[in-house]
Amino acid sequence: MQKGTKLALLLGAIPFLTLVFALPLVNRIKPVILGLPFILFWILLWVALTPLVLFAAYKIEKRFNSPEDEDRR
Amino acid sequence: MNAALLIILGTIIFSVCVGLFAGRGMKMNLENWTVAGRRFGGLIIWVLMAGEIYTTFTFLGASGWAYSKGAPTYYILIYGALAYTLSFFILPELWKIGKRHNLYTQPDFFIKTYDNRFLGVLVAVVGILSIIPYLQLQLTGLGLIVEVASNQAIPSKLAIGISGLLTCAFVYTSGIRGSAWVSIIKNVMMIAAVAVVGIGVPRVYFGGFGKMFRTLIAQKPEHLVFPGATPSMDTLWVMSTLLLTGMGFYMWPHVFGSAFSAKSAKIIKRNAIIMPFYQIPILLILMVGFAALLVLPGLKNGDLAFLALVQKTYPSWFLGFVGAAGAVTAIVPASILVLFGSTLLAKNVYQVVFDPSASEDRVMRLSRAMVLPITAAALLFALLLPRALVNLLLIGYDGVSQFFPGVVLGLFWKRVTSVGVISGLLTGLALVVALVFGGHDPIFGINAGFVALVANVIITVVVSILSGASRPGVRRPQETKSS
Repeated sequence: MQKGTKLALLLGAIPFLTLVFALPLVNRIKPVILGLPFILFWILLWVALTPLVLFAAYKIEKRFNSPEDEDRR
Repeated sequence: MNAALLIILGTIIFSVCVGLFAGRGMKMNLENWTVAGRRFGGLIIWVLMAGEIYTTFTFLGASGWAYSKGAPTYYILIYGALAYTLSFFILPELWKIGKRHNLYTQPDFFIKTYDNRFLGVLVAVVGILSIIPYLQLQLTGLGLIVEVASNQAIPSKLAIGISGLLTCAFVYTSGIRGSAWVSIIKNVMMIAAVAVVGIGVPRVYFGGFGKMFRTLIAQKPEHLVFPGATPSMDTLWVMSTLLLTGMGFYMWPHVFGSAFSAKSAKIIKRNAIIMPFYQIPILLILMVGFAALLVLPGLKNGDLAFLALVQKTYPSWFLGFVGAAGAVTAIVPASILVLFGSTLLAKNVYQVVFDPSASEDRVMRLSRAMVLPITAAALLFALLLPRALVNLLLIGYDGVSQFFPGVVLGLFWKRVTSVGVISGLLTGLALVVALVFGGHDPIFGINAGFVALVANVIITVVVSILSGASRPGVRRPQETKSS
């Protein structure tokens, strides 16, 4: 596996860590942030950050993977 | 003739005309019809995928869950983000194999990767059995929305019948291009409707989101954290459901197949990055469900919370607009379901089992000929036997999710074998049926479909290793140098 793909996969784990495995830790109302119960705030935060995480993964794959492995069409 | 009625009928007719027009002047072969000749660019792929993924369940179900179940509805906000993250890694590889071997459908992929026709037919049959109830659900949802939004002027059965047949017509003529074009209308209307209602309702009744939540936190704090108002949907259920639905998302045959319609692997990858933005409308839909809980407590059918609140808050023409948006929201996924249901039946069941030497032209004609029977079957169930397929619908998501190990291992693990995948898939499906129909969903607080998926993965891996020999079929993309 190429280095870029490995790093990208690490980034790809972030949504799963924050939006699945962290849920037991954030299942509460307080502190209320921006008027939202904490759990809802947490979910919105990470759902909103997912495109940024994926964009970073995209850039990293581009930077570290040899161009040959990029799609050829 | 009232304004709402005009808006609803006008939108349905206009959408169908656009759908019919989409395929005009196109020489239709099977590749053109099912995957648009693999020529869709970034914007249209986004519109198409958003169109097929966000269905009447999103519209009615997400607000309904917020209303009647509370916090467990957050999962609807999350699972898309997980699915898009997975798709970022999986779909581009899938697209490359599809391009290289001229694949159109999910069973095509299984047949090519595992060189096993039984597996292909099995995947096709499970796919069709999941498609028909899902299609029925879209039609039933459409009927419900149109009936309420037109203030009973259009009875639900009439709406279902007309829309079903019109959808059938544009699928027949235009194939997936029809769905993509109609999806543009759908997205514009749905986002407009959801933005107006989602931002407007909390403002009208509470003066904003923050104040609405202050009231909710004061009155019903337990509604806002897991397990909400449910006895069984606690954090563990949410986590397992998220993993299941995140992995199962692109395993729906129609969603899987439409990935082949992209112009390049890069387009698919970039699309995965921007797809999560479509979660914003879902958030607004949840807000409406929460608002309804305070404004209209005690509704019998929670799924009607969204429409009931619109009815209470806005003039009837706007309810008509929401109804029209809801109707197109059902028509787009319905059309893609019909399209892939027909192709699966003709190409992956009929051709593979009865007529392996059939020309592509013949398969094309046959796929088109299947459009009417597939729609008719769903219409029949929607109109006459609405309860008959409830069981199939219950296990639809659990069922298609069982394809996940076969797809991912097929793409990324050299040692997986067809015997392994068949054993895993059959184990997963059997467990789903046994647990769900045996009344054990959730089991120990965990989504039964997820339990089945874990068993499926274990069996697939173990049997693959035991059955040894490396698999024939596709060469992995990394090993191929030529373009």
